[in-house]
Amino acid sequence: MSVKLEKFMLNGVEYKTQLTQKWINRKKWEEPNPYLLTSHIPGTIMHIEVKEGQAVEEGESLLILQAMKMNNQLTAPFSGKIKKICVNVGDKIPKGALMIEMEENEAV
Amino acid sequence: MSLKRNILDLRKRKEIVLQGGGEDAIKKQAAMGKLTARERIEGILDKGSFHEYDMFVEHQSKDFDMDKKVLHGDGVVIGTGTVYGEPVAIYAQDFTVAGGSLGLMHARKITKIMDHAIKMRMPIIGINDSGGARIQEGVDSLAGYGEIFFRNTQASGVIPQLSVILGPCAGGAVYSPALTDFVFVVDNISKMFITGPEVVKTVLGEEVTMEDLGGARVHACVSGNAHFFASTEQECFEQIKKLLTFIPWNNQRKARSFPAKAPKAEYNIEKILPADPTQPYDVRDIIKAVADDSDFFEVQENFAQNIVVGFGRIDGETIGFVANQPLVLAGVLDCDSADKAGRFIRFCDAFNIPLVTFEDMPGYLPGVEQEYMGVIRHGAKVLYAYSEATVPKVTVILRKAYGGGYIAMNSRHLKADFMFAWPTAEIAVMGPEGAANIIFRKEIKESANPEETRKQKVAEYREKFANPYVAASKGYIDSVIEPSETRLLLKHSIEVSGNKTVVTPDKKHGIPPF
Repeated sequence: MSVKLEKFMLNGVEYKTQLTQKWINRKKWEEPNPYLLTSHIPGTIMHIEVKEGQAVEEGESLLILQAMKMNNQLTAPFSGKIKKICVNVGDKIPKGALMIEMEENEAV
Repeated sequence: MSLKRNILDLRKRKEIVLQGGGEDAIKKQAAMGKLTARERIEGILDKGSFHEYDMFVEHQSKDFDMDKKVLHGDGVVIGTGTVYGEPVAIYAQDFTVAGGSLGLMHARKITKIMDHAIKMRMPIIGINDSGGARIQEGVDSLAGYGEIFFRNTQASGVIPQLSVILGPCAGGAVYSPALTDFVFVVDNISKMFITGPEVVKTVLGEEVTMEDLGGARVHACVSGNAHFFASTEQECFEQIKKLLTFIPWNNQRKARSFPAKAPKAEYNIEKILPADPTQPYDVRDIIKAVADDSDFFEVQENFAQNIVVGFGRIDGETIGFVANQPLVLAGVLDCDSADKAGRFIRFCDAFNIPLVTFEDMPGYLPGVEQEYMGVIRHGAKVLYAYSEATVPKVTVILRKAYGGGYIAMNSRHLKADFMFAWPTAEIAVMGPEGAANIIFRKEIKESANPEETRKQKVAEYREKFANPYVAASKGYIDSVIEPSETRLLLKHSIEVSGNKTVVTPDKKHGIPPF
């Protein structure tokens, strides 16, 4: 065979084969961190409703992301505290950009 | 005397229409490396066989000063002709006239020729080269597109529909090619996308060129929207003509027979499989070793390369080949390859083309990405397509046939008509390594030398199960054959299946996992 073959493990067997670009470029799975709130769509930050250090309730509105001609509201997935705000109003962000980092409320 | 004058007047009118958008527009078209609509039609059809209709159709709109504009033929050329003597209907959008934009009359011309093709049961070729909907005609343009898409669907499975993308095909317009059977693209000329780069930039802020977003290579290699890729328009025309020799005019006929030809001597079927079962080979060599004149016309060559589909002939009759490709990703089945195979199988079934499957696959591609993309419902498409197909189906298991893949690749259980296996076939629920690890887990764990025991158990399992004889003993395989007998047996099995009649329960249609 004059083509370049790579190793490919499947069910305990090592095959020699060519790999596709899609396979090589695949996104490796990372367990999502629930404290990192990332954008689900590219867009523009229109309005930030909270401050760093602020305690928030589950479902409370955190910021507005304008995308696809709609104002998308990001709400708190759980009750906690805003640790860090990673964006500014007017920022154009891609998909998967970190917008807000949350943390647990300290035990009262 | 008056007749002569009328005839001369007619010829003058035709000459004006044949100029399309005028000399300047034609020059611009050539500067982009593109042929004109009529040049393309002449390039595909038999010389002198093309007859054009609706040359004098004019648009009827008045808004936005449209009544002051003369658009010859309203930007599209329609007609009928022959390819290698077989009748075809054809339309070609004329980019020199208002950018080939689609208005109401333009669409009416296309639907007229589509209706004609469906009625007369002949293939239709659509050459797309258009800026999109004619904004000045508003909803009429949308109505036009809708009527075309409906007919694409009505014609689907009745007559072969070919789409040739020889220019921009954007927005709603892309749905016509998407609904047709085969899409042809040409490098640097085809541009196909739902939303173009400007919209992508303003809405999502992503910067991408037309070529990177929806150029020919993107659709041939990444998205799978295209089936044939050519470097020039001429090459594309040859591909279209070649495809038409393999497929029938309509679903009531079989494809044309040709004189039988032996495969080329350079493809020795016994020399293709490597001795090491983990080493790959190009399964296309096997197909070429059994096909007439070793002529294999591959479909979607650059997409989902871990499976190979395409047309060939055995003893002069068109055959649809489906084969796992061990050379790429070890021949696994995944979302893309399942889509590619499923669609091809259904086309062959709709148009009376027997299916020959060569199997050598180690399993499905694992991974979170595949699972999230829905490898389950995509993989189900192959099972559905094979089960549903009532054309003669023959399978030859070359090497590995493990687990779910064994079932999916046209097994006896999906009602393959003839199941053959080479002596190198390994038909098992799992590969020996995987199986031994599970079945003999306790023994391996408790042994003094686990690695040694594991090796021994793997060898035992391989000896006992990784062969075709267990499946053959149960009648799941009809015959274990020598590779050199393959072509003869394929020829014979297709021959005896000539009058295959299957009764399926009455239903409007199934619900395949779209």
